[in-house]
Amino acid sequence: MSRLLAALVLLLCAAAPAQGQPLVADLSSHLIGITTSFTGTSVVLFGAVDGPGDVVAVVRGPTRDVVVRRKSRVGPIWINTRQVTFKDVPGYYAVVASRPIEEAVPPPVRSLHQIGLSELSLTADRERSYTEEFRAALVRSEAEAGLFLEKVGSIDFLGDRLFRATLVFPANVPTGTYSVEIFLLRNGEVVSAQTTPLVVSKIGMDARLFDFADRQALAYGLVAVLIAVMAGWLASLPFRSA
Amino acid sequence: MEIYLPIAEVSVDLLVLLALGAFVGFLSGVFGVGGGFLLTPFLIFVGIPPAVAVASSANQLVGTSVSGVIAHWRRGNVDFKMGAVLLAGGFLGSLLGVWVFGLLRRIGQIELFINLCYIILLGSLGVLMLVESVNTFLRRRTAAPRRKLHQHTWVHGLPLKLRFRRSKLYISAFLPLGLGFFIGILSAVMGVGGGFIMVPAMIYVLGMPTLVVPGTSLFQIIFVAAAVTVLQAVGNRTVDILLTVVLLVGAVFGAQFGTRWATKLRGEQLRGLLAILVIAVAVKLAADLTVPPLDVYSTAVVE
Repeated sequence: MSRLLAALVLLLCAAAPAQGQPLVADLSSHLIGITTSFTGTSVVLFGAVDGPGDVVAVVRGPTRDVVVRRKSRVGPIWINTRQVTFKDVPGYYAVVASRPIEEAVPPPVRSLHQIGLSELSLTADRERSYTEEFRAALVRSEAEAGLFLEKVGSIDFLGDRLFRATLVFPANVPTGTYSVEIFLLRNGEVVSAQTTPLVVSKIGMDARLFDFADRQALAYGLVAVLIAVMAGWLASLPFRSA
Repeated sequence: MEIYLPIAEVSVDLLVLLALGAFVGFLSGVFGVGGGFLLTPFLIFVGIPPAVAVASSANQLVGTSVSGVIAHWRRGNVDFKMGAVLLAGGFLGSLLGVWVFGLLRRIGQIELFINLCYIILLGSLGVLMLVESVNTFLRRRTAAPRRKLHQHTWVHGLPLKLRFRRSKLYISAFLPLGLGFFIGILSAVMGVGGGFIMVPAMIYVLGMPTLVVPGTSLFQIIFVAAAVTVLQAVGNRTVDILLTVVLLVGAVFGAQFGTRWATKLRGEQLRGLLAILVIAVAVKLAADLTVPPLDVYSTAVVE
């Protein structure tokens, strides 16, 4: 925390005279390391602005394609009958803002920068009228998993220049490169924007195991079998006398 | 206490995994079934991706089966010759099964097919076993005259007869070969060791004494599960060693206690309990298919 405070003070000193830069922001860490004891974490977003205004930040995880299936009743049983595939769905999505985004950001700007879950663009392989309910189901499912944050988090101002916000990441965050887009708005217009990366990566033993499984799959499989055989044999030893 | 699993890429409560492992290990020790048909759905339930759950279950089956076989072998309750013949059939069957699996997946609705397979097989097996064990139990009470050791039918006329000393059988090798082949297909298609089908089949189709059945079944499962583990690791990269180890810590001890407990029970009691377990799983699967789902939508990441 003290390091963070020092950084904030430094920023304040640096930002005040810099007339050319209305917005300066950074993260307390650009790397989230996932180890065996990882249960989720938070990263502090902080920065300074050159005058009053609204600050909004959008965090997106690495994208992947997601298929949403719908079950319906056929005779006595429920089976998957329809499906829609969504392209480039972010693995994580969250918004933090200094004021409710409905007040601070006009709809066209929200739509342009995809600020807010309802504005998140998800392209499907079918026409929009067909995919609407599937889209809702996808958002609901990601929200339940804690990966799409429905509630807009708060950005707190310290005085009228410095701001800070806490970005929360659950234990099941996908690994990869995230982007944090920070916008400064005045009278509903974006006057400055900045994008900063955030990497979520396995480190330590987990990373080594993952690499091993990925690069030497056959050896990994054989080791897995061997470990299981050893464990089974070891466990039977204490019972030998019985 | 939460633990992050590197391949599954989720955090799960360590104690839940240990308890799950112990429970499944106990079942495997008592009945000689691997417990994969119970473990996999449970793992998915606690949030592990289905592909990782299937592959890691297979890996942990190797460990519990080794532990179980050692325990049964010390009591002389493993028929290695029978196990080897079953395995030979199983190997050929799983090759065909992998091909069938690919075919079904191309057609679609593989999950539905697997579930229906489970329900029909488990349901009919469970009812048959329950009826039989209840009958035996009642007959024992009324002290009816002893039956013959086993009935002779057309299958005893098949050629290539082999003597299985431990099982006290002199039957055609085609019988266990065929059984192994059939179960090999099922394990490849349904992604399980096949113990829950193998055990009743050994008792009722081959006519093996109940006592040697669990050990022999587990012996066979070791190899099937080991093959599945390696294939999954190479093909899908879905074996989570950490998950396996945690499950095994619970399971190997559960298996030892299960084995001890099993020796205290009579044959028909053991069969009756297994019947109830098998029926319960079939009913659960049938309910999953017929009860309106809480959410009709499901999502999956496209690989």
